[in-house]
Amino acid sequence: MTSLQTPPLSAEQAAPDSRALRLVRILLPIVVLAAGIALWELVVRLNNIPPYVLPAPVAVFRTLIADWPVLSQSLATTLVTTFEGFVAAAIGGVALALLFNQSKWLEYSLFPYAVILQVTPVIAIAPLLLIYLPQQTAVVVCAWIVGFFPVLSNTTLGLNSVDRNLAGLFQLYGASRMQTLRYLKLPSALPFMLGGLRIAGGLSLIGAVVAEIAAGSAGAGSGLAYRIAESGYRLNIPRMFAALLLLSAAGIVIYGLLALTSHLVLRRWHESALGKEN
Amino acid sequence: MAEPAASSESYSGMAGLAVSLRGVTKVYDNGVNALGPLDLDVRKGELVSLLGPSGCGKSTALRLIAGLNAPTSGSVRVSRGVGQSRAGRSIGFVFQEPTLMPWASVRENVRLPLKLSHAPAAEANARVGDALIQAGLAEFAEAYPRELSGGMKMRVSLARALVTDPDILLMDEPFAALDEITRFRLNNDLLSLWRNLRKTVIFVTHSVFESVYLSQRVVVMTPRPGRLSAEIRIDAPERGEEFRTSAEYAAYCREVSHALAPLQSGQPGS
Repeated sequence: MTSLQTPPLSAEQAAPDSRALRLVRILLPIVVLAAGIALWELVVRLNNIPPYVLPAPVAVFRTLIADWPVLSQSLATTLVTTFEGFVAAAIGGVALALLFNQSKWLEYSLFPYAVILQVTPVIAIAPLLLIYLPQQTAVVVCAWIVGFFPVLSNTTLGLNSVDRNLAGLFQLYGASRMQTLRYLKLPSALPFMLGGLRIAGGLSLIGAVVAEIAAGSAGAGSGLAYRIAESGYRLNIPRMFAALLLLSAAGIVIYGLLALTSHLVLRRWHESALGKEN
Repeated sequence: MAEPAASSESYSGMAGLAVSLRGVTKVYDNGVNALGPLDLDVRKGELVSLLGPSGCGKSTALRLIAGLNAPTSGSVRVSRGVGQSRAGRSIGFVFQEPTLMPWASVRENVRLPLKLSHAPAAEANARVGDALIQAGLAEFAEAYPRELSGGMKMRVSLARALVTDPDILLMDEPFAALDEITRFRLNNDLLSLWRNLRKTVIFVTHSVFESVYLSQRVVVMTPRPGRLSAEIRIDAPERGEEFRTSAEYAAYCREVSHALAPLQSGQPGS
């Protein structure tokens, strides 16, 4: 009965509420993060847990600053690998999708292998690649393998999602293949392609990390994942956490940049980039 | 495969005819017998409505005339304007949906047919500008389709169909999704356009009132497969709000409705 007495929200109340809601949505995760870190610090201090079992957040930050010369270099290495893998995945994925779209024969012949490459866990492929390829190349190839499939499948989906009437219109006006591709198919596929790239960004980082871990102590690699593995062997747990923190931050920044790019490209016309009010 | 009886040709000498269909049928790949056999002649400069229940093949007939689909059998002949190499360019098509490119501005949408035919930039700019003014869209040229109302989007679609100055305008239930007020206004716009430009217009609709208001001739079609059921000539020189409220208009509407009625009751409950 009590729930029935709650007055419904009126339109006047809704407007300031939505602004407050946005603030809450930004603030709440920050509050949770702060509370989590405080709790973590507290638990470590109260129980006197040694840093090689669980380092306190303050210790992790201190390590991050103290080891910055080493860690920043590793971060740069991992980011370069991720970037190379991502660019290769973007170009490869879009190019393959375009080829498949132009030739059904090619699609039927090659698509199953793209799927096989995707469903085989990259962590299992990485050691093999490391045998046959120079380490740096193998790491980039790993990043490419996991990154290119979402670009390929999303772009393919986009190229096939062309408005049928618009396609009819292009046919009516005698559009050439190139014109149809350039003025109709590519713009139609763009939102899908950008969605694929957003996934590929994060996956490229994962691919790079997996390959670095697989390369492990065998190689001369110095990426962040290598630092984590190395610190593990040395029981330098605070540095493991610090490296993990950097990896996670890198992932967030990559996702944010790609989401921003997508928004900027699509904001004038695509539903996904429009406010709810429009 | 069926014998290659289908032909889709363009003849320049069709003695005053813009479009001529002879024994045209269309069976889709999924076995649906959508049309015909249908015989239909449309004179140059005529405004004809194809009227019938949904699924009677009106849209199919229009797509065959446009050359978007090939007939299963029979011949589709479309007169070709002088100096025009491709039939496509002498035909404008307006779909039920505005069918605009959401990523392009109104101006770019209207420019599309010219861009596809590699028209010189200066000429294209002039034509696009004229088409926008004619459609009352000049101040919305840089807007994106999503920023426009349904009626405005349809105007853009119409401007795009007219920008190539086609001889034949094919319209597939273009105003069906619009509210009545907007539809009345666009009906009047279409009529004044037709009076000024004297294009051949084939207008598909399922509205008795719209077909009578607009056309010189209403062609009533049977349910699937669509055939010609009745033809009613609308002899009213003046069209406008006067005509829409006249007894003459009401009488024509009644006549067309009667032609349509037996088809409705006899329709199988597919």
